[in-house]
Amino acid sequence: MKDIARRRLIFSLPLITTLGAGTGFYVMLSRLRTGSFDPKEIKTPQISLPYFNLERVSPFPSFNRNELLRQTKPIVINFFASWCVPCLTEMAILNQLSHKIDIWGIAYKENSHAINEFFSRNDNPYKRIAQDTKGDAGIQWGLTGVPESFLVLPKGIIISHIPKPLSERDVETISNTIG
Amino acid sequence: MRTLYFFSCLCFLFFSFKTYAVDSPEEMLANPQLEKRAETIGSQLRCLVCQNETIEESSAPLAKDLRQKVREKLVAGDSDEKIMQWMVKRYGNFVRLNPPFNLYTSLLWFIPILSFFGGIILAFGHIRKKTNCTENLSAEEKKHITELLHEPRP
Amino acid sequence: MALHPTLKHGTIFLNLKPFQIRKIHLISEILSPELGHYLLALSCCLAGIQFIVPLVGCKAKQASLMMLASPLAYAQGIALSLSFACLITASVTNDFSVLSVYQNSASNKPLLYKISGIWGNHEGSIFLWCYLLALFNSLLALSAQPIPLKLKSRALAIMGGCSAGFTLFCLLTSNPFLRLWPAPLQGQGMNPLLQDPGLALHPPLLYMGYVGFAIPFAFTVAGLLDNTIDLAWAQFVKPWVTIAWACLTCGIALGSWWSYYILGWGGYWFWDPVENASLLPWLTGTALIHALYAYTRTESLKLWTLLLSISTFSLSLSGTFLVRSGLLNSVHAFTSDPTRGVFILALLACISGSALLLYAWRAPTLAQETGVNPLSKEGSLIFNNILLCTIASIVLTGTLYPPFLQLLTNQSISVGKPFFEQTTVPFVLISLFFMAVGPRLPFKKTNSQHLLNILSIPAMLCLLIFLTSWFCLHQFLPALTLGLCMWVIIHTILNYAKKISFLQKSFQESWRQFFRLPYSVHASLIAHTGMVVTVLGITGMAFATHTIVEIPLGDTVPLAGYEWTLSSVQTVKGPNFVALKAAIKIAHKGKVVTWLFPSRKYFPEQNQIVTHVSIETNFIRDLYAALGSSKETLDKQHPLYILRLHYNPLAPWIWIGGLIMAFGGIITLWPSTKTKFKNDCL
Repeated sequence: MKDIARRRLIFSLPLITTLGAGTGFYVMLSRLRTGSFDPKEIKTPQISLPYFNLERVSPFPSFNRNELLRQTKPIVINFFASWCVPCLTEMAILNQLSHKIDIWGIAYKENSHAINEFFSRNDNPYKRIAQDTKGDAGIQWGLTGVPESFLVLPKGIIISHIPKPLSERDVETISNTIG
Repeated sequence: MRTLYFFSCLCFLFFSFKTYAVDSPEEMLANPQLEKRAETIGSQLRCLVCQNETIEESSAPLAKDLRQKVREKLVAGDSDEKIMQWMVKRYGNFVRLNPPFNLYTSLLWFIPILSFFGGIILAFGHIRKKTNCTENLSAEEKKHITELLHEPRP
Repeated sequence: MALHPTLKHGTIFLNLKPFQIRKIHLISEILSPELGHYLLALSCCLAGIQFIVPLVGCKAKQASLMMLASPLAYAQGIALSLSFACLITASVTNDFSVLSVYQNSASNKPLLYKISGIWGNHEGSIFLWCYLLALFNSLLALSAQPIPLKLKSRALAIMGGCSAGFTLFCLLTSNPFLRLWPAPLQGQGMNPLLQDPGLALHPPLLYMGYVGFAIPFAFTVAGLLDNTIDLAWAQFVKPWVTIAWACLTCGIALGSWWSYYILGWGGYWFWDPVENASLLPWLTGTALIHALYAYTRTESLKLWTLLLSISTFSLSLSGTFLVRSGLLNSVHAFTSDPTRGVFILALLACISGSALLLYAWRAPTLAQETGVNPLSKEGSLIFNNILLCTIASIVLTGTLYPPFLQLLTNQSISVGKPFFEQTTVPFVLISLFFMAVGPRLPFKKTNSQHLLNILSIPAMLCLLIFLTSWFCLHQFLPALTLGLCMWVIIHTILNYAKKISFLQKSFQESWRQFFRLPYSVHASLIAHTGMVVTVLGITGMAFATHTIVEIPLGDTVPLAGYEWTLSSVQTVKGPNFVALKAAIKIAHKGKVVTWLFPSRKYFPEQNQIVTHVSIETNFIRDLYAALGSSKETLDKQHPLYILRLHYNPLAPWIWIGGLIMAFGGIITLWPSTKTKFKNDCL
């Protein structure tokens, strides 16, 4: 009898494995529904400030790497484009955030004309704007799409990369981080 | 963020729009050896905006930029590993289709050996059973069996 | 010669006589979506009854209740067939008030794709799944196998349970009969990439494979409930496993072929999660076939066979689940929906969980098995199972590792082609080696001296082939693969020669003996040859060359010893597209070999461009051309065209091998003349 019980335990290994996997899937699915689990999310690593070149967009104050290094207060770097719909919807949040922290925009694969037109229609949340015409700076920053934001501390230390449109929650996290 | 690439990477029902990889000869390097190396590196890098394509296969703009970057670096004389490291530094291990061996992926890399030898051990248990079942027999029983075996068939 | 107008796609209804139109109206009125919807619900109830009543009958020992299983299965099959006909009618008659038709069809779509479009989306594919399950259910009820009533009614009850679960899923979360009001005048059309005959056939075949494994599963559960796992049981299960396996093999081969010619750059397998999901049941299914063979001959591997049968169907189910849950990063993924995912997961837990629980409870009480001699055919079959299951576990782990790692450690990694290739190739090569040896071994016992005798000469020969090809090709892996493939082929020939007593008896005698061989001998040898052909095809593709050029009309490009000339580019109009069609002349040493006509179709409805490659094959190599975008030059007179040209040696062998494998399986279903086992098969 004891032998049978022991064998039953061995033979229930497939069941246990399957149930374990099933529970894992269930947790994933329920987190997927609440939004706290996204299998498509890319966990980009922390990077030190990369070398990059940006171009000026005519009426707006511009910036470059050195200026970012020289800052004494935190900055949010936001990649955007006028041709991207999520960027448009993100503008409201950015305008809200711009009261708390300076936001510098990098127009990704854009031309000056389109940017000017974009800001004739929308409020400008950016203190400074520069453009990355070829998308090279984007690659240096580890960009996977637009809009994406980076929180940069003084001396150009990047402490977070948000690879999606900013949400209310992100705004809170950012304001908490900078105190 | 990825909605942006929605139109370039529509993930439809069965299969998506994997169209061309390198879709213009301008992208290719003139030196066939370098181009071959570029293709090898590119086929180990995952397109970040698409679902499960390499940057060589993908037609997404970012994949195109990355392809170009790989080729630029090759022409500049970088080694394959250096280019790989450059990519991983920016995009993390997610970009590598061949996961690196570390603590977190050790199970993944050991699975082939584990399951193969696990199977062999299981099978050996099966084989041993047989030797046991004849050894346990008494001499008389063994003799009876040999008699039965050697009995001419009707 | 122009086609008769009625034969043109999409205009069928415009050219009918009034009474014919009335007839069609009548059909579409009778076979309305409401009827289909009702029949779907009805079949769900029937399946539920089929699940409960026979089980109650078995418990209460009431033969009349047990006998109800078959009629219920027929009724369910008929109801779902009619329901399916309703959906086809709605799609063919362009009833855009049906949501799934509106979303995936348009009135100018060719007739074939109106039908195949039904299973080209999530709702329809689940419906097809249910329909095929009901069909297999009826087939099992219909089969003339001399199955004991208790076993059969229990197996049918399990089938009914699965069927009830899936039809319920279809009804509740993905109903293809949902209406849309007001009805739009035109549908949204179908993704042009899916408008392809290969893809019309791919899902039904693949699903037949998946669903077919439900029958061995049902038999296993019924046998465990019944405590009647014996040789007769194995005989009943065998043909069903073979049918399902053959369908799955064809389905995978077709899918791979489809991606080869539709994607425009010759890729045929990507180790994508969706592809892996179809490969997993194939691997365990193949292991199941071998385990069943070992069991029927030597009564070993009984418990293992049961486990394989349960896990094969479970893997088929979980493939469906994973594809639709949105948990995996796949290019082929269906529109994902976590709610549906939870439903399928619950269904999966019920079906596989209860079967595995039953297995854990009952299997240890089954009779102890006889031991196995490692140097015998059953020993080699066990080794085959180890190898196949190792490959399956690699594929499974590789596919599921990223989401689980993210869940547990919040890290994101990718597992792709390089990983799978590195880890599976060694095991494939080992199995190639044993694939040749296994069929040559006798059951029970082998003399190791005899083994050495039969192996040594072919081994030397293959070593020679390997070394020569290594020397010539300068590549280790292809040379090794070639050597191993020759190893299998030599042994197949020797095996046949021995089986038909070639050179020992007269030629005619041998010839007659060939046809008297049991089908299982042919089956294994043919299927193994198919595997070799596929492996050779894959090896050949490693030597594929390609080039991408941008040339004006009339220019010639050299590739792989051929001269490819772009002769002309024309505009062609189709029923729902406009195409740009190029004509490429291919010559070898000045002699024209063939013409290729790659095209680029523009579908205005979806505003989408689809490239159609043109392939010429002589079964040794493929000449493959795709047309890219054109570029206007400055003088506008001579536009440049981008062409993608491929030379793919042995490419068609990949799929031909798959077909040969499936054929090898199908052979065993043929009623054997020798054994007179009339009821052995369908």
